[in-house]
Amino acid sequence: MVLTGHLLTLVIFFPALGALALLLLRKDDELWIRWLTFAVSLVEFLASLALLGKVPIGTAGYSLEEFSRWIASPAINYHLGVDGISLFLVILTTFLTPICVLASWHGVHHRIKEFHVMLLLLEVGVVGVFLSLDLFLFFLFWEVMLIPMAFLIGIWGHDRRIYAAVKFVLYTMAGSILMLVGIIWLYNATGTFDLPAIQKMVQTGALLLPARTEMILFLAFFLAFAIKVPLFPLHTWLPDAHVEAPTAGSIILAGVLLKMGTYGMIRFCLPLFPEASHRAAPWVALLAIIGIIYGALVALVQPNLKKLVAYSSVSHLGFVVLGIFAFTNISLQGAVYQMLAHGISTGALFLLVGMLYDRRHTFEITEYGGLSTPMPKLAAFFLFVALSSLGLPMLNGFVGEYLILLGTYQVHWKWAAWAAAGVILSACYLLWAYQRVFFGEVTHQKNRELPDISSREKWMLVTLAVVTLWMGIGSPFFTRRFAASCGAVLQQMNRNVMHEVSLPTPPAQSGGSATENSVERVATR
Amino acid sequence: MSPVSFIDVHRVLPELCWCGFGVLLMLLQPFLKNRQGLTFIALIGAAAGTLTTSVAAYGSGFNGLVQFDTFSLFFHWLVGLIAFLVILSSDSYLEREGLEPAEFYALILFATAGMGVLASAQELLTAFIGLEMSSISSYVLAGYRRDSIKSSESAMKYFLLGSFATAFFLYGIALVYGATGSTYLSKFAEAEPSGNLLRLGLTLILIGLGFKVAAAPFQIWTPDVYEGAPTPVTALFSAGPKAATFALLLRIFGTSQAATDFWFWAFWILAVLTMFAGNLGALVQSNVKRMLAYSSIAHAGYTLVAFAAVTTMKTNPDGPIPAYGAVLFYLASYSLVSVGAFTIVSELGGKGERHLAQDDYAGLGTRQPFAAAALSLFLLSLLGLPITAGFFGKLYIFNAAIKSNLLWLAVLMAINSVIGAYYYLRLIVVMYMHDYKGPVPAEAQQGLSSTAAMVVTVAAIITVYLGLLPNHVLGLLISQNPMVTSR
Repeated sequence: MVLTGHLLTLVIFFPALGALALLLLRKDDELWIRWLTFAVSLVEFLASLALLGKVPIGTAGYSLEEFSRWIASPAINYHLGVDGISLFLVILTTFLTPICVLASWHGVHHRIKEFHVMLLLLEVGVVGVFLSLDLFLFFLFWEVMLIPMAFLIGIWGHDRRIYAAVKFVLYTMAGSILMLVGIIWLYNATGTFDLPAIQKMVQTGALLLPARTEMILFLAFFLAFAIKVPLFPLHTWLPDAHVEAPTAGSIILAGVLLKMGTYGMIRFCLPLFPEASHRAAPWVALLAIIGIIYGALVALVQPNLKKLVAYSSVSHLGFVVLGIFAFTNISLQGAVYQMLAHGISTGALFLLVGMLYDRRHTFEITEYGGLSTPMPKLAAFFLFVALSSLGLPMLNGFVGEYLILLGTYQVHWKWAAWAAAGVILSACYLLWAYQRVFFGEVTHQKNRELPDISSREKWMLVTLAVVTLWMGIGSPFFTRRFAASCGAVLQQMNRNVMHEVSLPTPPAQSGGSATENSVERVATR
Repeated sequence: MSPVSFIDVHRVLPELCWCGFGVLLMLLQPFLKNRQGLTFIALIGAAAGTLTTSVAAYGSGFNGLVQFDTFSLFFHWLVGLIAFLVILSSDSYLEREGLEPAEFYALILFATAGMGVLASAQELLTAFIGLEMSSISSYVLAGYRRDSIKSSESAMKYFLLGSFATAFFLYGIALVYGATGSTYLSKFAEAEPSGNLLRLGLTLILIGLGFKVAAAPFQIWTPDVYEGAPTPVTALFSAGPKAATFALLLRIFGTSQAATDFWFWAFWILAVLTMFAGNLGALVQSNVKRMLAYSSIAHAGYTLVAFAAVTTMKTNPDGPIPAYGAVLFYLASYSLVSVGAFTIVSELGGKGERHLAQDDYAGLGTRQPFAAAALSLFLLSLLGLPITAGFFGKLYIFNAAIKSNLLWLAVLMAINSVIGAYYYLRLIVVMYMHDYKGPVPAEAQQGLSSTAAMVVTVAAIITVYLGLLPNHVLGLLISQNPMVTSR
């Protein structure tokens, strides 16, 4: 078939087609607009599931590659490919988008058409980021995705939405423009924007950067990603953006956009600048640990429920960064797993918080209390999601955090010890918040009559809960598919380190296969 | 001197065409009272002048005073296209403000002819004539709204400061002549580069031309003049004369003379000052036209970054061609975007240009979706977001800067782009996320006039086209070395 050759292109641009179709609809055809968007995003999800079968298990490298020339000078190619890591991030994106459409079914009242167009365009940008194998193309999607997100926050957000939208764009842009400078520098050094080609040059030693240059380049990329993640102390845009964004915006933002940062670190920082990554690792880990603990502590004292969830993201993403920069196969797999798990559980948390907001139009914890009496079902789902987020075994959050801590412990036990404090703290803030919101007497008269979840809401939550549970008990299904890719990332780093032999303690090369076995054990246990 | 032959006339055919139609318009004015007819003739004039470039053969004319090559071909196309678009967008403006069309169009055509001369000049006095043709027409155009104090102020300011700058330029020419014994660009390319007299002369020339392109610290006039001038004229100022003057600068400082530390630092400092002056100035503007004026200063700064690259790339093995390409591409992308943006500002201004404040743009996204979407596109291009022309413009400049190891300049430019992002986004935010305070005046409800809509559409299409497939244009620009001065 013609389509299979261009499956990735289809997956990227199908939502754009949907957005075009939406433009043809009349403004006031609300129902049509919603259903069409939902259908488009659902088909998109199914299409992305087709990728599952196309990515071979147990081998690294890119599948379904597409390559064509786009611009001759500078040589920019349209180069797409998918591997185990990007595969699930794409599926996560396409999975969350229909949920976003459903989540805004009643929450978005004005400029409905524009809202859904923006949502679909955002999906185009995000999926494009994950599938690009050309640095330039990657950057292009990275930037293009900013505008729909800014509009989502700025038009359909809450009171301080404009401030939050502008802050979001400026922060991201400040990072990414330096990354552009880095990309161009890399282009001038290598003559290509092609990621696999540059990786090969780094690996074979054809591209040997002086230590200082490598560090500067690493920082140019890393800064852009760290802002996106966000890594402490660059996180200050996140609470604003999250709190002011509409529910759908928060879900996508927390679920997928933050992962673009960690994905960038795995895909670009580590393989392209292995030595600089090693040298920077202690500092990055320090920031990640500070982020874990700081994010949790701030979440602990938040009077605003949505802000609490937002800060919990800072904490959870700290785990991911730590897992990446521990450079063991287990911790890296844990990081990827945590990215997916966080996407699901934090997406669900924001969804639930959004449901509360739809009913009471406030995020203040003190405005709630005793909600499990009027709405037992919502309370049950909330508990389930909160438990998954704090890392209860059998649920998705546990697998990621456990793998990260395990992998980190093998090389730096102190890092793992500090980070483990974050696990405890996350239990504190989530359960305490849960207690204040749902347990006890109903403290506000208004809350007595709140309706429990509707069937639309129920199905969204059931879907998320099923995935949460599945990821908790069926983790090999996922890890099997990205283990090889994670191994490849580390191998690329280590080979170069061996080549240079300038680092005192390179993470044991022999650990590679051993850890892979142990991860299988962990995952199948 | 050999007599002027037919071939020589051939070399300045576009200029002749533009001037000829300018004169024709002046002559027709007493007889033809129909504004649209005059617009039509002016459009034909602009187009005809532009199209004659394609029959003009490459080579030098008038004993080497002018030269027609890829470089000047490009600039003739650019200024011709700009003139065409500006004339088209002026039609509704002149009607609204009740201004006489004939002289207006004639002046635009004369100015365009001057720019054409600037782009193909190979000799400083010829360049001077081009500069004056374009400047004097510009002075008059700036004050064309005679009943507006702001417009008169604009013209006066432009005239006084402009004449002052011209004096610098002339004095520079005199010194260069004293140092090299010639005013031909090719001659002083061969002269001793470290001669102080030559250096002083070139410095004065740089100051004079720096004024014309609004490079800091010679940019003080720009916001006032741009704000006071009729908006279509502002569109012209920000695009045409600037591009043509940059062309001359490139011809002069693209020679081997400029490949010294002295000129490198001169352009480095100019670029940094200009970028910061423009962006920081624009940051605090609440008037959209003034904001765009400051932004045009900032963009001159970005272009000067490429100039710094030009002056160092002489020593590069790749040569300076990528940097030339970057300048040309940037000028093309900026000019068209700028014309598009100012056209929208002109249309939304209402009679007497009263609605220029940022608050007047509130809610534009719902009131006038087309204008708002197009203006957003232009602003995003000025900001340098992908799939717009501005992005590739910036990319090529970054590339040129990094190729010549100007990392700091690239980083400063990156920082400036972020500062710029703030005020461009602010306007987009106002258009889409704010509501108009109070009842919307009837004027503000009207959509763009059909001619303005055409201009905007053309500019938007070119912006996206250059943002998706920059290669076709850029390939043309860098396929040949545009610098033929040192024959």
